[in-house]
Amino acid sequence: MEEQDKILHEVTSQEYKYGFTTDLEMDTIPKGLNEDVIRMISAKKEEPEFMLQFRLDAYRKWLKMPMPEWAYLKIPPIDFQDIIYYAAPKKKAEYESLDEVDPELLETFNKLGIPLEEQKVLAGVAVDAVIDSVSVKTTFKETLAEKGIIFCSFSEAVQEHPDLVKKYIGMAVPVADNFFAALNSAVFSDGSFCFIPKGVKCPMELSTYFRINAAGTGQFERTLIIAEDESYVSYLEGCTAPMRDENQLHAAVVEIIALDRAEVKYSTVQNWYPGDKQGKGGVYNFVTKRGICRGESSKISWTQVETGSAITWKYPSCILMGDNSVGEFNSVAVTNNFQQADTGTKMIHIGKNTKSTIISKGISAGKSDNSYRGLVKVLPGAVNSRNFSQCDSLLLGSTCGAHTFPYVEVGNKSSIVEHEATTSKIGEDQIFYCNQRGISTEDAIGMIVNGYAKEVLNKLPMEFAVEAQKLLQISLEGSVG
Amino acid sequence: MLTIKNLKASVEDKEILRGLNLDVKAGEVHAIMGPNGSGKSTLGNVLSGKEGYDDLDGEVEFLGEDLFELAAEDRAKKGLFLGFQYPVEIPGVPMVNFLKASVNEHRKFKGLEPLSASEFLKLMREKKEMLHLDSQLTNRSVNEGFSGGEKKKNEIFQMAMLEPKLAILDETDSGLDIDALKIVADGVNALKNPERSTIVITHYQRLLEYIVPDFVHVLYQGQIVKSGGKELALELEEKGYDWIKKETV
Amino acid sequence: MTQLIAKDIALNERYTSLFYENKEALEKGSSPILNRMREIAIKRFEKDGIPGFKNENYKYTNLQPIFEKKYQHIFEYKRVEVDLNDVFRCDVPQLDTYVVLLVNGWYYARNRELTELPDGVVVGGLQQVANEHPELVQDYLNRQAALSDDPMVALNTAFAKDGFFMFVPDNVHLEKPIQVINLMRAEESIFATQRNLLVAGKNSQFKVVFCDHTLTQGEFLSNNVTEVFVERDAVVDLYTVQNQNNQANSVNASFFKQEENSNLLTSTATLHGGLIRNNVKITLDGEYSHADVYGMSFTDKKQHVDNYTNIEHAKANCTSNQVYKNVLDEDSVGAFAGRIHVVRDAQKTAAFQRNNNVLLTDSAKMNTKPQLIIDADDVKCSHGATIGQIDEEALFYIRTRGINEADARLMLMNAFAHEVIQEIRVEPLRDRIDELVDKRLRGELARCHSCDMN
Repeated sequence: MEEQDKILHEVTSQEYKYGFTTDLEMDTIPKGLNEDVIRMISAKKEEPEFMLQFRLDAYRKWLKMPMPEWAYLKIPPIDFQDIIYYAAPKKKAEYESLDEVDPELLETFNKLGIPLEEQKVLAGVAVDAVIDSVSVKTTFKETLAEKGIIFCSFSEAVQEHPDLVKKYIGMAVPVADNFFAALNSAVFSDGSFCFIPKGVKCPMELSTYFRINAAGTGQFERTLIIAEDESYVSYLEGCTAPMRDENQLHAAVVEIIALDRAEVKYSTVQNWYPGDKQGKGGVYNFVTKRGICRGESSKISWTQVETGSAITWKYPSCILMGDNSVGEFNSVAVTNNFQQADTGTKMIHIGKNTKSTIISKGISAGKSDNSYRGLVKVLPGAVNSRNFSQCDSLLLGSTCGAHTFPYVEVGNKSSIVEHEATTSKIGEDQIFYCNQRGISTEDAIGMIVNGYAKEVLNKLPMEFAVEAQKLLQISLEGSVG
Repeated sequence: MLTIKNLKASVEDKEILRGLNLDVKAGEVHAIMGPNGSGKSTLGNVLSGKEGYDDLDGEVEFLGEDLFELAAEDRAKKGLFLGFQYPVEIPGVPMVNFLKASVNEHRKFKGLEPLSASEFLKLMREKKEMLHLDSQLTNRSVNEGFSGGEKKKNEIFQMAMLEPKLAILDETDSGLDIDALKIVADGVNALKNPERSTIVITHYQRLLEYIVPDFVHVLYQGQIVKSGGKELALELEEKGYDWIKKETV
Repeated sequence: MTQLIAKDIALNERYTSLFYENKEALEKGSSPILNRMREIAIKRFEKDGIPGFKNENYKYTNLQPIFEKKYQHIFEYKRVEVDLNDVFRCDVPQLDTYVVLLVNGWYYARNRELTELPDGVVVGGLQQVANEHPELVQDYLNRQAALSDDPMVALNTAFAKDGFFMFVPDNVHLEKPIQVINLMRAEESIFATQRNLLVAGKNSQFKVVFCDHTLTQGEFLSNNVTEVFVERDAVVDLYTVQNQNNQANSVNASFFKQEENSNLLTSTATLHGGLIRNNVKITLDGEYSHADVYGMSFTDKKQHVDNYTNIEHAKANCTSNQVYKNVLDEDSVGAFAGRIHVVRDAQKTAAFQRNNNVLLTDSAKMNTKPQLIIDADDVKCSHGATIGQIDEEALFYIRTRGINEADARLMLMNAFAHEVIQEIRVEPLRDRIDELVDKRLRGELARCHSCDMN
């Protein structure tokens, strides 16, 4: 037993390997938040009036909102006046060619394994690289433009496609939806914008890569994806941050709008800096992600692999408005050391014959707490709707916690909702079986955990699945991977 | 190859093995029989390094080394194989990945290069053919959804892949129909050579019609109370275990 | 803490001033064991007040509207002019029990004396026992309830004067069940506060059946608290049959504390009533203890039934099993919230929970909130919840065997409920509840003959 505990301990104590910082010339504004700061951000981005009003509206509402306290999290007080709300690499935000990009920056993304030279990019993935909330480079833009697909930074979209932005921004996540969404709406600096026109199947994976670099800054990016009738897109999001002793705030918003028969797949591999083994530092990841299946037979699926962040507060959700629309949520969340995660989803069934599936796999190690929180709500008009939820938790070691908080509300007789949840420790008999075949306990744990998470990993696009699998191993193993 | 002297083990204050002695030489096939609860499975588990047994005592020497000094995986890599009575399911882990990891760990231990994917698949194909196995099994997760017979055949298949020096087959015959039993027995016989020993733990004499033992031992109340040749198994089949019990009392 | 708005404050003040205005009357005749907690409790109540939707623990049941109504409060025992022993007679065949009557939350003064009780067994009214045998009460009363942060429990503690008391000494096995009949009987709307205390000594055994009934039409509001102490090796069964008129609302909190190797079975059947909220808190506080927790409800019209359970595995090697089933008809609303909490180091816990619900109409509504909070790793815990309808394939199968649809439906719903009923360990009671459920499902009034006047 003790031997196994020792190995478990070794296996679960690993180092974060993306924790380097980059020296970049930054354009930052002073700390603090007030209407002037918001006007300054908007002015720096040369935004049209409607955006400034959107921000101010959000800010005024935010001032009246309390921090949410209902999650199973211990969040130390955050001084919102002690955060820098705008930081950008000094050079201009969008580059004509890679030669103009700060070599330090290029090196940063190379280190992260995100090459921005198109010829080196993994076949079939277009990347929008966002550093400290500002988009630095979007690849394959022209190729996509030929199909009518708009894939660019949010700032650029505000300039070039103000009508689209005006029409859809705040549709899935209203400015006052929650405390962090309101904060984001007030101060967001950049992010990705994606528009897939009617009938177009996006030929490659679209990807945004987020990185927090500057000290003392918050990252507030915003993503908006619009899929018109009969269109399809698969979207990937990755993120890392340097190791810093102070906590950094990340409050992002992602909105997805799917019209008739459109399908959007959104995949995240979240690997923000989780803090050190003593729980010092790390990113507070307070994110609002929501998609609306506005059109009939539309589909939105969220897949997430969450391994990073000191605290995660995140519930990618689907509002199933269109008849026959489909929502999916697939999640693997790993917490270790002093990490805390309260994550899950909401599936709101409004249209007839709507379907949703939730698969959540939580893995807790160290002294961490890992919670699933989910709501399945079937309105009276959502006749013949279906939901199936499976939420499993795996515990590695006796000092961590695994919690499950589902809410199920059904308002008609023709719908069927099923929820199942299990919690157990990693099987000693499974480890022994592997040992008996010559496989070490460390490898056995890695193998069993990956097998346990497989159902979700399988939903990720190929390139991402490999990365995610490695990440799981890194999160729980010594130096493997 | 394997020498056991005065082996003792208990679970929660209950003594299961009470001073067991056994000597297995290279190339020999030993059958261990005994009524339920006599300690047969405990013996296999203790030898292969399962945790959870208290008051382990006695000496076990395997290929010249003190077995108790070795971790379970190291015993495996040294050539000790346990065919489980109830092989555990490991959801989500494909049999192929599992076995490849296992084979390569064994190779690393022997100082050999790991097999490439194609070499490994080739080896797997050969072994499957040798055992007349359904090739579907290896595409599934380890033991998941396998029928009782499939699980047992899968154990023999792994044995064939790993080529152990000493194989302990714990009730490998239980729950098998006659065809599956033959496949299992053929597998064991095909792997037989002068360097390799086998301990067959069984409740019934049936399997021993196909795997002919050199020695038969009767385990009762944690001790070997009677040893003999293969004819002892027949005698047990005929008379049951009661006469042994009486003799011991 | 929830933020209170002006309207809530006004409502809460009504109950706090009611307390202070009648403090003397409340204390009069009560044992200091009860009185010493009153003021502490009312202050605790004041903090959160009557729970509305904002209270996460009452998310699906807003108690404010029923507490806003006007009620008559009774601060001392009122003599009943008829002999309730004659009015009430339980006719469950072969159900041989010791019968104890309570009326409007008070121990009925003319209860027949229970002869044949084994030595040392005490059965009576809480007020009287607390005055006459404080030593039987002081080590138990409030020892669980005071730890609760539920404002309704605090309100009970502030107002409670009487209720059912039972003490079974070490090693005594009470073969015959005790049947406690809670009768509500009044000409006008009444607010009742009943406080029960049950103690099972080491290695003792008993079974108690609570039957909640109304003898008159009209509105009632009961705010009840029951504390049960299950000592080492004891075996306790506690059954509750809720069968009141549809204007009888109640909030019932039950606390169970289990010591080493004890065994508890509690089962609640809700047949008729208005708004009913049942809170069950079980603390498995000794190793190798086991709890079975069952509940079922059949609701129609505008009934509202909310079952809220919290099983705390405080020690290692304990097991618990929960099954709750609800059938909802017409405009009724159901809620279930079940929490399993395995505390740090409560290793080798096995805890299971299931909640299955059938909605019969589009205007019925069911909310369920199962929760697992697990802080130990060597555990097996699971919960499952379903909301749906009768299995159409099974229905079809039965019909192909020549059974008409209505009967087939009935058959399946009976089977649905039977999973809970079959766990009842008192055979005549099990048969009676089976029969009541069958009647209930047929839409007949499931009355216990003479003792129910719906």
